[in-house]
Amino acid sequence: MAEDCAQEACAAALAQWLHDGVPANPGGWLVAVARRRAIDHLRREAARVRKEREAVQHWAAGEPDGTVVAGDDQLALLFACCHPALDPAARVPLTLRIVCGLTIPSIARLLLLTEPTVAQRIVRAKRKIRDACIRLRVPDPDERQARLVSVLRVIYLTFTEGHSPHGTDAVVRHDLCDESLRLARGLHRLLPEEPEVSGLLALILLSAARSAARVDENGAMVLLPDQDRSRWDRARPAEGRSLAEEALARGRAGPYQLQAAIAACHADASTSAATDWPQIAALYRELLRFDPSPVIEANRAVAVAYAEGPSAGLRILEALTASPDLYRWPQLHIARGSLLAQDGRCEDAVAAYREALLLEPALPIRRHIADEIAALRGLSAPPEET
Amino acid sequence: MKYMALLYGEANAGPAAGTPEFMEMLEEFQSATTAMADAGVLVDSSPLQPPQTATTVRVRNGETQLSDGPFAEIKEQLGGYYILDCNDLDTALRHAATIPSAKYGSVEVRPLMVMGPR
Repeated sequence: MAEDCAQEACAAALAQWLHDGVPANPGGWLVAVARRRAIDHLRREAARVRKEREAVQHWAAGEPDGTVVAGDDQLALLFACCHPALDPAARVPLTLRIVCGLTIPSIARLLLLTEPTVAQRIVRAKRKIRDACIRLRVPDPDERQARLVSVLRVIYLTFTEGHSPHGTDAVVRHDLCDESLRLARGLHRLLPEEPEVSGLLALILLSAARSAARVDENGAMVLLPDQDRSRWDRARPAEGRSLAEEALARGRAGPYQLQAAIAACHADASTSAATDWPQIAALYRELLRFDPSPVIEANRAVAVAYAEGPSAGLRILEALTASPDLYRWPQLHIARGSLLAQDGRCEDAVAAYREALLLEPALPIRRHIADEIAALRGLSAPPEET
Repeated sequence: MKYMALLYGEANAGPAAGTPEFMEMLEEFQSATTAMADAGVLVDSSPLQPPQTATTVRVRNGETQLSDGPFAEIKEQLGGYYILDCNDLDTALRHAATIPSAKYGSVEVRPLMVMGPR
């Protein structure tokens, strides 16, 4: 009971805050154009997805008409891959493989699992779909709630893989970001009343808006504080913000809505220095109540560091390094390195960055780390390639 | 696609025999079974007599061993079965959920092995 009241109070406060910060709503035509584009995207079928889909349809042999019953093909595939009869640990890898076409190494790095584990889970799930005859269809309204949590998580993971990809030199994988946006829009069209669905779409729109500014003219990564905000897309965050506001107004706050609110904080700041870090830190604390994940705790540490100073943030990060699984996460050490540098502890900062390098993150991140280490060593940055 | 629904439950789960609740449960079994027949999915079904009526047969090294009782002394024992012929798993699961054993115990739904072409 107390939990519910707290949630309601939080939701009301967030809605108010977002409302006060909202610029003029985008014209109705903008939303209509976006919707038309989304429908076009939904109809466009990439060859690899079609091949996989045909394979899955063969498993459902025995269907009298052999066609998908209702809804968009890819959404039906998505719901089938997230079926409750499948091992929960297998649903995300399966969907990422079949619906989104990610490779097994990519999925393994994304989920912090080994490749054989991922491959095995996918094979078992495929066999279950085939042998138990799980059909390809969008679930009826009474069944949809149960399936939604899985589906949302999969779309979210697809987006994060596009936003910060593994196994490639690219800073951003637009194909994955577009894919996740398309899936999120389709889901929103199907379930417009679900606040977490709106929240996820809002989050993707708000985050994807920064895509252009995240890469400089040499293809190197540009971090959030250094991004040229005039290159941030305007239309998507506006749509994202209004979706987030609309969702939070329903009074059922949840992790995706909160993350959208955090992304909106960034979108609202005209410069890095103008960012409302205390607000972001508070939002992360709220988010932990829904999702007590160390990744979120690490993000909160960074926000706290900006709001209260590096040592406050470092205290939180040091606690996280105690976990062996987290120790293998490069971003933890990069965050530590950054905060240690800000705290004036240069040798410790270099050591932390070196830890991150040992974990072999993606190339753009390795370059960033190399730049940071060089700066700490007092050398000039390596000359840019012409 | 044929499925077997295996009805598992603890001995004292569910209403006691002779009570009005027990009669209600029997009626629920009846209407669930009738509904499955009407839907054209029912192939066969039957309750089993209690576990103490069971005899377990094992043949080891050519020798037949018989023991009194079910194959394992576990809390949830097999109490009955349905064999259903459905289009897909979701249909079988929906019917399985109407069987009272799902309320008082567990119903395992497993596809039958498919021999030869489907």
